[in-house]
Amino acid sequence: MTSPLIVSRPEGLYCPEGEFFIDPWRPVDRAVITHAHSDHARRGNAHYLAHSDSADLLRIRLGADISLQTLDYGEAIEHNGVRISLHPAGHVLGSAQVRLERKGNVWVASGDYKLADDGTCRPFEPVRCDTFITESTFGLPVYRWPQQTDLFADINNWWQRNAALGRASILFCYAFGKAQRILRGVDSSIGPIVCHGAVEPLNVVYRATGVPLPETFRVTDDAMNKSALSKALVLAPPSAAGTPWLRRFGDYSDAFASGWMQLRGARRRRGVDRGFVMSDHADWPALHYAIGSTQAGQVFVTHGSIAVMVRYLREQGLDAQAFATEYGGEEEADPASTETSLPPDGQDSNPTMDTALSSGKDADAAKERHTSDAPGISGFSPASSAAPFVRPLED
Amino acid sequence: MKDFSALYRELDSSTSNLVKQAALQNYLRRAAPADAAWAVFFLAGGKPRQLVPNKLLKALTQEVAGLPEWLFVESYEAVGDLAETIALLLPEPSARQELSLAEWLSVHLLPLRGLPEEQLRKRLVAQWQTIAAADRLVYFKLITGSLRVGVSRLQVTQALAAVSGIDAKRMAQRMMGYTQIGSQPAAADFLAVISPEDAQEKNQQLAGQPYPFFLAHPFNQPSAHFDELLGSPADWLVEWKWDGIRAQLVKRGGQSWIWSRGEELVSEQFPELVQAGLSLPDGTVLDGEIVVWRDGRVQPFNELQKRLGRKTLSSRILREQPVVLLVYDLLEEDGEDLRRQPQYMRRARLEVLLEKHAPEPSGLPLHLSPAVQGSTWQELAILREAARSQGTEGFMLKQRNAAYGVGRTKDVGRWWKWKIDAMSVDAVLIYAQRGHGRRASLYSDYTFAVWSEPPENPDRVLVPFAKAYSGLTDAEMAQVDSIIRKTTRESFGPVRSVEPTLLFELGFEGISRSSRHKSGIAVRFPRMLRWRQDKPVTEADTLQTLTALLPDGA
Repeated sequence: MTSPLIVSRPEGLYCPEGEFFIDPWRPVDRAVITHAHSDHARRGNAHYLAHSDSADLLRIRLGADISLQTLDYGEAIEHNGVRISLHPAGHVLGSAQVRLERKGNVWVASGDYKLADDGTCRPFEPVRCDTFITESTFGLPVYRWPQQTDLFADINNWWQRNAALGRASILFCYAFGKAQRILRGVDSSIGPIVCHGAVEPLNVVYRATGVPLPETFRVTDDAMNKSALSKALVLAPPSAAGTPWLRRFGDYSDAFASGWMQLRGARRRRGVDRGFVMSDHADWPALHYAIGSTQAGQVFVTHGSIAVMVRYLREQGLDAQAFATEYGGEEEADPASTETSLPPDGQDSNPTMDTALSSGKDADAAKERHTSDAPGISGFSPASSAAPFVRPLED
Repeated sequence: MKDFSALYRELDSSTSNLVKQAALQNYLRRAAPADAAWAVFFLAGGKPRQLVPNKLLKALTQEVAGLPEWLFVESYEAVGDLAETIALLLPEPSARQELSLAEWLSVHLLPLRGLPEEQLRKRLVAQWQTIAAADRLVYFKLITGSLRVGVSRLQVTQALAAVSGIDAKRMAQRMMGYTQIGSQPAAADFLAVISPEDAQEKNQQLAGQPYPFFLAHPFNQPSAHFDELLGSPADWLVEWKWDGIRAQLVKRGGQSWIWSRGEELVSEQFPELVQAGLSLPDGTVLDGEIVVWRDGRVQPFNELQKRLGRKTLSSRILREQPVVLLVYDLLEEDGEDLRRQPQYMRRARLEVLLEKHAPEPSGLPLHLSPAVQGSTWQELAILREAARSQGTEGFMLKQRNAAYGVGRTKDVGRWWKWKIDAMSVDAVLIYAQRGHGRRASLYSDYTFAVWSEPPENPDRVLVPFAKAYSGLTDAEMAQVDSIIRKTTRESFGPVRSVEPTLLFELGFEGISRSSRHKSGIAVRFPRMLRWRQDKPVTEADTLQTLTALLPDGA
């Protein structure tokens, strides 16, 4: 029996051989980050390693001066005898599964993932491994996502109908990931698209990475007069619900885009006119397809329906165990969300981030700031005597 | 089915009455009468008799979806609604067959009732393969018999009135009995409901049909303001507010019927009232409250509950839980509809009628609900203090000059319920269960306990005595839900036991001894009045405090 490559520590998931953490929730020396949502990428770590598409987002969120090293998908480095590489997770821009290998033993920590290709980030690629660490946000068989074409047809119909009635269509969605996915998928010929101040800076980052998004407006733009707004699709974070910001739109219909909208009770609690079932996480069939594709014999289940997933996987003959983490909400902390507690379906509406992003400094400015003093690979100076995250391998 | 399913989704997704009303009218105008007949039945609260045992639905879903039982149970708990759970778990249909709502019911659903299990299984599996995923929720709602979609019977009545051009009150009367359990409305029934009024209808009542009940509104003002708000007490008829079952006794054509407020025919449950009705003249309709009456006084509601929901009444039940109708209104006399007559006139005619046909020495279980006399509101407020010892919930205030309205309307007169303040104790939340519908997945249904002994006794334990679901705001409930998840001790199926950390002021309307409860006490209408975050659970009330509230004291 080989020793585990990843264990659960109070600070986060930890690789004892490599002496680094993955998505730690308490400050540590070295952190490998799966993606830039606030529950996975936290402040205060001495060194960060993440996918290159996450770099801008991390610097905006965590500070331009963080010590950050990036990798492309498939590119590998070796650290304390552990080979580290990142692979597409399909969750949001820059999201990655972390593959660790030591002496032929392969572990993959997948962070958050989804299987559908939404056109805004590299789709999930299964990575063969011995041990797979999976999320379980929607780990119940009642969660099965609609086809994306049907989903966008529904959203387009709703928007079109509202526009015909002369009222704005306000779609609440998480600012990072979900909003861009909607932008990519909707029929932008129906009317103008307005983005809230928390959303627009992320659009800038996506566009800079080469993701084609339709033209978007701020509500303060001159072109957005009353008649334009009455036909507009408005993307706003859930925290904008009930705020004076919405008054500008006069009569409107509202909707919420989230995997939780699958359940009628959650839709009704949310109190919006429509609930669109759209998640950045894998649904039940996708979770099991992904786990199966890795051919892993051992599975650790994190955040979501942990108990259900562990029991089900065991019944399928896998060695499944629970990992307690502090990502998203804890088990079952699901649709109980009110305005104050958001469901773990994308955690980007962290007020710190919203403020940082909506304070008028857009991502380009942030990029300007950090590119000048961005630390190169040589900038990493691990505090311990162990070798740093520094040796790229020819793959 | 597609159209009805779309209507369901539209009603379900809107919180606006205008939008719902427009959707209802739109559907009723376009639908085939046979479909509209069923749509009205379900939307107005009608339920078919159980078509398929829930147990079989659950077992079959597990088989078809290939899920172990425990995973089905987990799913059901998260969703909180059986029809929705099944609709979400079944695989995609393999074929498609588009049938109308009426066809679904007459050809596929109603014939299911009473089939042997093997046949049921075959037919259900075949149906599940053809029903579109989008229509599944409604299909299973029809099978499980609870369509609840945020539309009231009143809204359906209004929509019918609008599409037919019939007065809403007349429509309410036409709708009486429409949703009776087991009825199978056909196109002709719907067409009759929306048909133009003829001269005959204005004078004639259908045999056995009651009138729409006139309902009271709560009045929670301090009695010091009564003069200003209500005027002189001389303008009001004051009666005790009984805690029983609201009912109408209809006597026509040599027969009598008992209808409860839910428009349910409950004659079978109260044979002595049906019998008593026979001694009234034809063309009489009484309105009143059914209560258990023993030893010359009204008994607590839980005595009455022993008679409800029983298919057959044993002679023992009839002997031990004898009921009377406490009569307070006369809606029809000699076949004449008196509802437009002023309250005081109806009351006077009622007194004469009862004196003549059910005088006290007759022993008939038809008692006049006494009027309470008081010359000032202050005097009445003092009299009201005795309500609890009288076994009542307070007073009813009825405008002397007012007509008898329909439902909760306020246009032709007012009935106010002036209830006594609820009793309350501070109790500890010890078990929690997830709710349904809007509260699916939320721990919203709680069991409360008080201490068995005063604080000085170190061996005291928490004794459960009541369950409550209501009284918290959504925000409070979300907080409580999160505390419950963090303080869970054990889970037994859907129920969690929690660390005793949550203290609530629990209000209730009545209290009585009960051998069915561990605490020996049953309370009526318990609900949370306040979350006592200011007090530790050690200061919760004790069983002694509760016992002292019993009518017979400690």
